[in-house]
Amino acid sequence: MMLTVNELRFMYRNKDVLKQIGFSIEEGKVIAVLGPNGVGKTTLLKCLNRILKPRKGTVMLYGENLLDLSTMDIARRVGYVPQRVETGRLTAFDAVLLGRRPYIGWDISTRDITMVDAIFTRLGMESLRLSYIDEMSGGELQKVAIARAIVQEPKILLLDEPTSNLDLKNQVEILTTIRDIVRDHKIAAIMTMHDLNQALRFADTFIFIKNGTVHIHGNHDIVTPAVIEDVYGLPVMIGEFGGIRCVIPGAANLATGE
Amino acid sequence: MHLNQGKVPNDYQEYLNRKVRWIIAGIILTFILFIAAISVGAVAIPPREVIESLAGISTSMKWDMIVWNIRLPQALAAVIAGVGLAVAGVAMQSILRNPLASPFTLGISSAGAFGAAVAIIFFGTGTMQSTVASPVAVSNPYLTTLVAFIFCMLATGIILLISHVKGASPEVMVLTGVALSSLFSAGVMFLQYFSNDAQLAAVVFWTFGDVGRATWEMLPLMALVVGAGTLYFVANRWNYNAIDAGDETAQGLGVNVMRVRLIGMTVAACISAVVVALLGVIGFVGLVCPHMVRRIVGDDQRFLIPGSAIAGAVLLLASDTVARVIVAPYVLPVSVLTAFMGAPVFIYLLFRGYKR
Repeated sequence: MMLTVNELRFMYRNKDVLKQIGFSIEEGKVIAVLGPNGVGKTTLLKCLNRILKPRKGTVMLYGENLLDLSTMDIARRVGYVPQRVETGRLTAFDAVLLGRRPYIGWDISTRDITMVDAIFTRLGMESLRLSYIDEMSGGELQKVAIARAIVQEPKILLLDEPTSNLDLKNQVEILTTIRDIVRDHKIAAIMTMHDLNQALRFADTFIFIKNGTVHIHGNHDIVTPAVIEDVYGLPVMIGEFGGIRCVIPGAANLATGE
Repeated sequence: MHLNQGKVPNDYQEYLNRKVRWIIAGIILTFILFIAAISVGAVAIPPREVIESLAGISTSMKWDMIVWNIRLPQALAAVIAGVGLAVAGVAMQSILRNPLASPFTLGISSAGAFGAAVAIIFFGTGTMQSTVASPVAVSNPYLTTLVAFIFCMLATGIILLISHVKGASPEVMVLTGVALSSLFSAGVMFLQYFSNDAQLAAVVFWTFGDVGRATWEMLPLMALVVGAGTLYFVANRWNYNAIDAGDETAQGLGVNVMRVRLIGMTVAACISAVVVALLGVIGFVGLVCPHMVRRIVGDDQRFLIPGSAIAGAVLLLASDTVARVIVAPYVLPVSVLTAFMGAPVFIYLLFRGYKR
C-alpha cells in the first residue's frame, strides 16, 4: 500500500463535512471518488495535500504523514489539478514550467526546461508549446493543467473532476492519458467524478462517500445498482455494452416502458 | 522523461530572447530619457555636457550646479518613484487578482493626502509664498511628510488587519481599500472646507505629486525602500505566476498563498507610502504601467516585473521632462502630465491587442 488515509476528519465552521474517512490505495491505480454533489469529494482531495487542514487523522504516503510535511515538501509528492484553472497571457510551456515551482531555487534550470519539453512530447502536445493559454480550448487547458501536475514528479495525482466541461472525445483522451501516466510512472491518481460510466471505464478502485464517511471502497465488484441507489438516492441499472459496464438511470421497468 | 537532456528547445529560447530584447530596449530608452531630462529645462545643457558633468569632468561651474543640485535629484526621483509605483502596482494586481489594483485604488494615496492635510491645517505646516517657481510652499516638509507616511501606513494596517481576520481574501482587501479611499477623500474635503485660503492652497498643492520636491536627503531612503521592495517582488516572481494560475493551483504547487499575499501587500504599501509621502500623489503609473507592459511581454512575472519597473521610470521621466518645458517658464507638477502622456499610449496598446 502506498497511501493510507486514517480517521480523517474535517470541520467547516463547527459542522462536520468529513467525519471519519479511511482508505488505502496501491501504486499504478486510478481511484474514483464518487458521491452526490456537496458530499465532500473536493474537500477530501484538498485535505489530502493540506490545502484544507483536517481536524484530525493521518495521510501516510510510504510511511510519512503528509500532514506533517511543509507545504513545499507536499508539493514535491502530490500534484493537484483543481476544477477551475485561471488563464493569463502565458504560453503553455511557461504554464507547465510552473509545475517545477517546488524545485525552483532562484531560477529554473535546464533540466526543468527539458523535463517540460519531454512532457509536451509525451502528451502529443508539441504544437501547443508556445500557444498562449488564454487562447486555448477547455480540453487543451485541462491537458496543460495535468502536464503541470505531472512535472511536479508527484507520487499521487489529485484531480478534481478532470473531465467536467469537456466534450466526449476530450473526456476519453484526458482519462486515457491519466491512466497511462499512472501506470508508466507507478504513481496513483485520485479523481473526483460525476460520470459513473467514465469512472467504470477508467478507474481501478472506487470510493463512495456518504454522510462524511466512506460508504464502500473496493474494485469493480462493489459497483452495484444497490450501492449506487444507496449513495445517490436514485434507482439505476447496470448493463454491459461491448464488454464495457454502463450505468443507466431508472428502474428496470422504466427503461423499456417509457 | 529524459529526452534531449541539457538542451533548451530553440523556439522557446528564441521566445525568451525576444522578451529579453524588449527589456534591454527599455533600459536603453530609460538611459536616453534620463540624459534628456537633465539636459532640457529653462537653461538648456547639451547632452554631451550632461554626460561629462555626470562623469565628473567639469565643463562649467554653472552647468555643474544645475545638473548636480537641481536636475539630477529630480531625474533620479522620477526613476525611483516610477519604478516603485509600477512594481507596487504590478504586485498588487497579481496578489489581489484584480486588474484595477494599485496604490490609488487601495486608498494609500488618499490616506497620504489626508495625512498631509492634517499636518498643514492642524500643525500649521503650510504657507503662501510669492515666487514664480512655487507659489505655494509647504513650510515644514518633514512634519508634513511624516504625518502623510503615518496615515499611509495606518490605511495599510487597517487593510491588512481586516483581511487577516477574513483569511486574506483578495475581495476583502480590494473592497476595504476602496472604502478607505473614499473615507480619506471625504476627510480631505472636510478639512479643506474649514481651512483658510493659504491652508487650502497648500493642501491642494501637496496633493499634486511632483518629483521636483526631491532633495538629495530623501533619495537614499526612497532608493532603499524601492530597491529592496523590487528585489523582494523579483524573488517572488514564480509565486506570483502561481497565484495568477489560481489560489488552489498555487497551493498545490507549494505556495503559501496567504503569507505571500500579506507580505506582498505590506511591501507594496511601504513602497507606495514612501513615494506618496515624499512626492505627493502621482496617479496612473501604478495602475497602467503594468498593463502597458502586459500588452508587450505578456503576464509572465519574470518579464512583467522588470518591464513594469522600466515602464514606470520611462513614463515619469518623460512626463516630468515635458512638464518642465510645455508651459515654460512655468513648471507643471508631474502628476498632471502622467495621465496626459500615458493614457493615449495605453489606449493605443489596448486597441492593438497583444504583441505576439
